[in-house]
Amino acid sequence: VRRALPILLAVLLMGLPAAATAADCPRTTVGDVEDEVMCPVCGTPLELATEAPQAVRERALIERLVADCRSKEQIKDRLATEFGDEVLALPGGDGFDLAAYLIPALAVLVGAAAVGAAAIRWRRTRADSAPERGAPAPASAERLQSDLDRYEL
Amino acid sequence: MQRARSPFAIAAIAAVVALIALLAYGLSQNEPDRDIEQALAQGERKDAPDFELDRLSGGGKGSLADYRGKVVVLNFWASWCDPCRDESPLLNRWHRRLSARDRGMVLGIDVLDVSDDARDFVREYDLGYPMLRDGEGDVLSRYGVIAYPETFVIDPQGRIAATRRGPVDDRFMREQVLPLVRARA
Repeated sequence: VRRALPILLAVLLMGLPAAATAADCPRTTVGDVEDEVMCPVCGTPLELATEAPQAVRERALIERLVADCRSKEQIKDRLATEFGDEVLALPGGDGFDLAAYLIPALAVLVGAAAVGAAAIRWRRTRADSAPERGAPAPASAERLQSDLDRYEL
Repeated sequence: MQRARSPFAIAAIAAVVALIALLAYGLSQNEPDRDIEQALAQGERKDAPDFELDRLSGGGKGSLADYRGKVVVLNFWASWCDPCRDESPLLNRWHRRLSARDRGMVLGIDVLDVSDDARDFVREYDLGYPMLRDGEGDVLSRYGVIAYPETFVIDPQGRIAATRRGPVDDRFMREQVLPLVRARA
């Protein structure tokens, strides 16, 4: 046991830096990154561009950066340095790209207005078609009275 | 008597029309620019769009204006493009030939490429001509480049004299570049 103890300690000490490095290494994968970036030549998200030569190179770069222990954000920053911000699968905030933000907002507003207008119209139609409240017609009143007379309450 | 449309119907029609107009605008923006080819077909030479880009080697910037007065063979390439591999040795030979007499040169623009891969490519083929880097593809769109490689021959006055969509060959260089060089001499 005394002989084995120093060897065991040495093995543990050798393993410590590797374990610490593994703990520091951000756990990201190519799959995790490629759905958030574009293949600039193909004009599609990288995950959809499987065969294009440029996509193959871009994916290889991501693989190298993942192996180099870079986080997802660091990898995206590097891709933006290489290809510009358009490589990020998010539309820009100006020009035609702005439509990507404005149209959904506009659609929500138009939808809300449509629901509101439909609700108002439905309430009006319902109010118009509802029977007038008040005294029942004489025939109905007579029939109601005869029904009530039949029951001893 | 005609029934008046409700404000809601008018708003819905306006929204649909606006959406169609937006789609048309988006499509028109993605259309490749064919002005250069149209001008050449009419025997005209358009001014080559100027640009300033980082040098691929990392040492500062370079622009087209730096080479005004020379015949410039402007070549758009990428390391992932196989035809670019085929034409690079030929461009390198022509650059040596043109620059030896200070009459012309080849200027390479690496586009939409991983810079390390591009530098490896330059080393692999021992390319001696100046290389700039258009990582974002801005210059690419100004020249209407849609495939790789593409080459533009620019005369000493900075006008586009010829284009080649696809790899250049010796015949193209002799027919399109040499006359400009000889005219300058």
